[in-house]
Amino acid sequence: MRKHLLRGGSLLAALLLWQLLTSLHVNFWLHFDRLPTVVDVARDFGYQLQTSLYYRDLADSLARILIGFALAAFAGVAIGVAVGRSALTGDLVSPPLEVLRPIPAIAMVPIAILLFPSNEQGIVFITFLAAFFPILVSTRHAVTALPVVWEEAVRTMGGSGRRVLWSVVLPGALPGVFSGLSVGMGVAWICVISAEMISGQYGVGYRTWQAYTVVDYPGVIVGMLTIGLLGFGSAAAVELVGRRVTRWLPREAEVAR
Amino acid sequence: MMLIEDLSVGYRETPVLRGIDLKIEAGEILVLVGGSGCGKSTVLRTLAGLHRPSGGTISLDGQPIARTSAERALVFQEDGLLPWRSVRRNVELPLAIRGVSKSSRRSQALSWIERVGLGGYADHLPRELSGGMRQRVQLARTLASGPRVILADEPFGALDAQTRRAMQLLLVDVWSQQPTTIVFVTHDVDEAVFLGDRVAVLGGKPTGIRSIVDVPFPRGDGDNSAARAEILAALGSTQ
Ligand SMILES: Nc1ncnc2c1ncn2[C@@H]1O[C@H](COP(=O)(O)OP(=O)(O)O)[C@@H](O)[C@H]1O
Ligand SMILES: [Mg+2]
Repeated sequence: MRKHLLRGGSLLAALLLWQLLTSLHVNFWLHFDRLPTVVDVARDFGYQLQTSLYYRDLADSLARILIGFALAAFAGVAIGVAVGRSALTGDLVSPPLEVLRPIPAIAMVPIAILLFPSNEQGIVFITFLAAFFPILVSTRHAVTALPVVWEEAVRTMGGSGRRVLWSVVLPGALPGVFSGLSVGMGVAWICVISAEMISGQYGVGYRTWQAYTVVDYPGVIVGMLTIGLLGFGSAAAVELVGRRVTRWLPREAEVAR
Repeated sequence: MMLIEDLSVGYRETPVLRGIDLKIEAGEILVLVGGSGCGKSTVLRTLAGLHRPSGGTISLDGQPIARTSAERALVFQEDGLLPWRSVRRNVELPLAIRGVSKSSRRSQALSWIERVGLGGYADHLPRELSGGMRQRVQLARTLASGPRVILADEPFGALDAQTRRAMQLLLVDVWSQQPTTIVFVTHDVDEAVFLGDRVAVLGGKPTGIRSIVDVPFPRGDGDNSAARAEILAALGSTQ
């Protein structure tokens, strides 16, 4: 109880400080006089929540990230498992991926714009790329780190390679896959927002940058808050599903994760 | 009957054991003993089909053994269960692999779980069980798969003396009702003499088997001290 009071108080104090600095037009090396006050932002947020444009932006950003993330999850897990299970596949598939991996997805924006017929697909591609590598790497690591005894147990029950894949490799790698999905979701948000700022039409990132260019500073902060809420919500969703499906982990490992 | 002729096992550069000849009768319990690192696990894994022999042949009822099969189940020392599956779903797995229908594998699994004394634990995860209980589940899983040969690699090696004794009695109990061929690896001479019809001491040179000792009163109350002494002597001379 006391803890909650302290934390709530800390948050309130920060808001109050922001309100004071901006409403008193403090200009002491940092230009607080240029920023909107808490009250301005709250009023603008309330207003935007009643416009359909706000929800259209939200829906566009969500669609982009969900499509890009779903594709990345599918491809990352599939390729990660294939490469983790077979050295031959690894030698054939990994080299080009390892060359691309250190390049931040956002640096691919120009290529994405050139490559894809529409900006929309380019943004989804950037999101995909951003989430793909963490998922691939975690999956591959989880698959190679699997204890062999589980596979041997299933083989000596007469299980086929496909049985080993579905009953051992995929469930056994799931904790690792989910840590990849978590990281992937985080970078996917960074990239979808940045890509929207650079080349989007509609979307929360586009709207935030747009607000800046038309000197609508409360709008910028509303955009930022929206991005933060979306990021928090999606991370929490991945975390929740991850917890559900890895309940079998020993307690120590749960804590370490 | 499992027939092993002039078998050599080893890894790439390191030969481990050679010249193993063994005839294991159907329904017999053969125990393999030997110093640590002498190759007991390697032989057992070769019999399971997980490891390719470097020479010689193995056959089961006249059929050569080339790969893993549900006929030859392997029981591991520990952690052989899939930790994300409940006790029941672990025991159901070999039945699912054999294509047994859902309702039938459920009832078979539950009856095996009951049989090893774990009724009431069917929905527990392996991590919620003690080491001895987990080995019971492994035993139930192995028996449920209905193998012709059970290969056990120090299955009770990590248990305390009391639990180990209980597990030995349980194994003898289910085996006596349904005699399956068992090849049982242990480093515990008392366990070997208690369980085995015969005890093979591994680790000799140039042939892999130092000696094969017949146990006069297997799983009974008779005096097996001579067999025990013979095994100890054979072990001593190999180390
Ligand atoms: N995967 C492996 N690769 C190379 N050598 C191995 C491997 N596994 C075991 N060995 C070696 O083979 C020998 C026999 O091992 P093992 O069969 O495990 O012995 P035991 O079960 O009797 O203790 C040991 O010297 C061990 O170091
Ligand atoms: Mg061993």
